[in-house]
Amino acid sequence: MSIEQEGLAELRNHVEELRNKARERGIDVSAELGPLEAELAAAHDEAMARLSRFDRVKLARNQDRPFSFDYIHGIGTDFFELRGDRVFRDDPAIVGGWLRLEGRPVMVIGHQKGREMKENLRRNFGSPHPEGYRKAKRLMRLAEKFGRPVVTFIDTQGAYPGIGAEERGQAEAIARNLAVMAGLRVPIVSCVIGEGGSGGALGIGVADRVLMMENAIYSVISPEGCAAILWRSREHSDKAAEALKLTARDLQDLGVVDQVIPEPRGGAHTDREAAVEAMGAAIRRHLRELAKLEPRDLVASRRDKYYAIGAWEER
Amino acid sequence: MSWFSKPKRKLVSQKRELPGDVWDRCAGCGEILYSGRLEENLHVCPNCGHHFRIAAEAYEAMLLDGGGLAELHDEHLRSADPLAFVDSRSYAERIEQAEQRGGDQDAIRTGRGEIGGREVHLGTMDFRFIGGSMGSVVGEKIRRLADRSLERRVPLIIISASGGARMQEGILSLMQMGKTAAALEQLASAGIPYVSVLTNPTTGGVTASYAMLGDVILAEPGALIGFAGPRVIKETIRQDLPEGFQTAEFLEEHGMIDRIVPRPEMRGALATLLDHMC
Repeated sequence: MSIEQEGLAELRNHVEELRNKARERGIDVSAELGPLEAELAAAHDEAMARLSRFDRVKLARNQDRPFSFDYIHGIGTDFFELRGDRVFRDDPAIVGGWLRLEGRPVMVIGHQKGREMKENLRRNFGSPHPEGYRKAKRLMRLAEKFGRPVVTFIDTQGAYPGIGAEERGQAEAIARNLAVMAGLRVPIVSCVIGEGGSGGALGIGVADRVLMMENAIYSVISPEGCAAILWRSREHSDKAAEALKLTARDLQDLGVVDQVIPEPRGGAHTDREAAVEAMGAAIRRHLRELAKLEPRDLVASRRDKYYAIGAWEER
Repeated sequence: MSWFSKPKRKLVSQKRELPGDVWDRCAGCGEILYSGRLEENLHVCPNCGHHFRIAAEAYEAMLLDGGGLAELHDEHLRSADPLAFVDSRSYAERIEQAEQRGGDQDAIRTGRGEIGGREVHLGTMDFRFIGGSMGSVVGEKIRRLADRSLERRVPLIIISASGGARMQEGILSLMQMGKTAAALEQLASAGIPYVSVLTNPTTGGVTASYAMLGDVILAEPGALIGFAGPRVIKETIRQDLPEGFQTAEFLEEHGMIDRIVPRPEMRGALATLLDHMC
């Protein structure tokens, strides 16, 4: 914890204490509390504004942030999980199923991390195998068949680099999903909620709208991996994070992210419910807009969106 | 002055060095090969069949009627530096150096040519240009090539050789995977054939996008093909990797590619395939 954060924690405790005492004794302390709370809020905002990109990486990986299931259960009702790729096995690192959102069924798909070790081992820390991507593909096709929109939640370090994953075609599984999502005839909204780890993230992330939580990250390679290659040491991960420009604001500036969702003061982990609701409101709004488009126009505008991404010169 | 201070004569090295422009040592079998002979053999070792890396232009010459492209496309596209990326060196410097060394077409040459009298659109990657990495220029050239194939209803062939996405363009590189997949999806839905040829090496974001989306996927013998690099996998699982892991032969055995085709047979294989699909 940084000195700033310690200072903040002290201030927060002081405010909390004051509030409790006041409640116990029935005293009105609003005159004292007001300025203190304002000071606390300002200090918070200032600390957040000063965060380095690598600080954001750490925030994005915080175990107490809302995960896919928190969003799924928080924004809709009647969730019915669907499992398995019908080829090899069920990959618990990617979850999905039907959900009712504002009365309408949608297909939700997301990377799922675990909060404790046992759960994390079962879910492979949210790093999918090819069967995870193939399950996702199956669910997207199902959504298309019944004309339901797709909502995906991105939160992975990356697709798993292992022997079995390579044997079963990790690259093909991801590539196929990109093509399927590019041509899917129903709306797709993708939400980067924590870590957007390279191809493993994009494998469920080609969408009409890409939303991103304020403290989430999205990158072509992890800062650690980039530092190991270009700086020849992981110690330079902070420099790599700066160079990669992987924050939500960076991605919005680069035209990759359509909307950045502000997080509760201090980050999504301090108030999961509020974070989930903020994202939920944005998802509902984008789905309402996308519902107006004909399938053909939807696919064409999605293609145009990706065609426009990149930076080059003609000389 | 005593007798032992006589002027020293410069020693002439007795070690026989290989003049690089005349002789090459085969990475497969260690045999010393005459460069002229190697070139005649399409840079395949006559002794062991090891496939040397070759320049994009040489690959075009080998595949196409008349020894090359009839028309080079998008030759004026140059990498920008959208992130102003600097590590031990700046990205701008790396591009400049790559252009001096490897040519002026970034990591892919694209254009129109003919194979056996049939018009094709061909994209050929060049590993010498920053490891054949895919940035915005590679993505955009492939996008335009696929769209031209669609317009003219001409089959598309891409020869891949790449370490993956180009880190120095950050998220924009990653998004080129989505862009190329979108272009290929449109081509596929119009019923126009796309053949992907994988050469040594094809890894990362290139494998996980256009390289694995061919209607037919061919590979050169012994080529390293995978999603994650072998070093990353080894560090992750802390185990030795099985013999032959991530080679073209390994992928063929696991059903990930259609056929392994030695370089001298590639042109004939493509001509036959296009006959079947066009």
